[in-house]
Amino acid sequence: MSALLQLQNIHKAYDGLRVLDDVSLSLAPGEIVSLLGPSGCGKSTLLRIAAGLDQDFSGALEFNPLLQFGRGTGIGVVFQEPRLMPWLNVAQNVSFADGWIADEKWVQQLLRDVGLSGHADALPKKLSGGQAQRAAIARGLYGKPHVLLLDEPFSAVDAFTRMKLQDLLSELAERYEIAVLLVTHDLDEAFYLSDRVLILGGTPSRLQRELAVPLARPRDRRSAELAYLRGEALTELYQSHAI
Amino acid sequence: MSALNLRLSRWAERLPSLRPSLANLRGWAVPLALLLGLETLVRSGILPAHQMPAPTQVAQTLFHLAVSGELLRHINASLLRVAGGFLIGAGLAIVIGTWVGLSRRAEAYLEPTFQALRAIPSLAWVPLLLLWLGIDETPKVVLIALGAFFPVYLALLAGIRNIDRKLVEVGQLYQLSRFALVRRILLPAALPNLFTGLRGALSLSWMFLVAAELIAATRGLGYLLSDGRETSRPDLVIAAILLLAVLGKLSDSLLKYWETRALSWRDSYQGGEN
Repeated sequence: MSALLQLQNIHKAYDGLRVLDDVSLSLAPGEIVSLLGPSGCGKSTLLRIAAGLDQDFSGALEFNPLLQFGRGTGIGVVFQEPRLMPWLNVAQNVSFADGWIADEKWVQQLLRDVGLSGHADALPKKLSGGQAQRAAIARGLYGKPHVLLLDEPFSAVDAFTRMKLQDLLSELAERYEIAVLLVTHDLDEAFYLSDRVLILGGTPSRLQRELAVPLARPRDRRSAELAYLRGEALTELYQSHAI
Repeated sequence: MSALNLRLSRWAERLPSLRPSLANLRGWAVPLALLLGLETLVRSGILPAHQMPAPTQVAQTLFHLAVSGELLRHINASLLRVAGGFLIGAGLAIVIGTWVGLSRRAEAYLEPTFQALRAIPSLAWVPLLLLWLGIDETPKVVLIALGAFFPVYLALLAGIRNIDRKLVEVGQLYQLSRFALVRRILLPAALPNLFTGLRGALSLSWMFLVAAELIAATRGLGYLLSDGRETSRPDLVIAAILLLAVLGKLSDSLLKYWETRALSWRDSYQGGEN
């Protein structure tokens, strides 16, 4: 098994209402995959299943044994909201997994990586939305994960901050050789960042289509290829009556 | 003229630094005026001195008590009882409140009982406590602990149940043990409620102290109160009331100071302008 993470034939229902119907996906090392779909299509549910936060599903969830090496689960998660502990400062939040035995050097390095080096002692209430999300990304990376799961991580920040954070994510994923599974409803974001885009739609949701994005990085947000792929995705979403 | 202007402007520069202390003094205005008025009324004979002693006489009584060493003995006895009862009651409430907050099953078993126990006015326990535990320290401390338990328990339970599920989920993500979840997420997040409960419990502790000491005691501020009544000395009663006010206020200030320090992370509304 070469994939880091494999979800096979996932079915999920909330109170008898089927949300996910036979969804399978896998994540290869170093790959960035986006799950794209309208809200309520179960893409966040799928991510929660992958993160181990939702145990109530049928199907198989397989992790590569490689993930078990080192500390923690080998999986980092970044939520839609920063979810920082308001009583801990930024550095303590980043090293939350380790509590008192934090690896200070690594924390400093991560804070430099996400552009928060001056804010190690700041409390979350002093951070802007974008800064808080940067801290959340640093926390996601603290366990040196092989896989990073992100649930609409940039949907609550303004458009300019979003573009910066997208570049940051792409850069860090490459630097630390992390495979990324990104849930998003933003077409631009999905195609700009990903190697593959999976479109989820219908009721109950199935994988409608998989679009590869064979473009080298760094990418140009204005490029015609990206625009073409976005068009393809839109067509698919129209056809599946998602929008 | 210009020298005066210079001096004025220097004063103006100093003004902002004076302001906070002035604002702090505002709270003294009403009590001082009351004391002054009372003294005048008693001195002029409008109020009978054998019923309403003048503030200066109360001060004298306090002074005599202090010099004879009686004061320290009474305060010591009361403080120890309050501290003991409060710590035991609040400590138990934190343990049980956390347990019930964590577990729906514990809640199902314990909540109805606690609701019923809470409905009993705590002073109703006094006769039973006296029957069971005699008249020495134990029943007093137990009564105060009973009084301190419920405010803390209720506030903590409400606090834990109010915690943002999303923060708890972060704990799940990092596979925290139950104990670590309590220590690192639940208790810190419920801390604002817990402090509200603790402060309520502290003031109730003082109330129950007086109740306990009024009934059966040979030392303590409550004893001073009943002694003053039995010997027809209103100055003694008022002195004891004043001491209770001061001690209650001091202990609450201590807790409030601790609260402000522990909750500096909160991003909440701090009130309007001065």
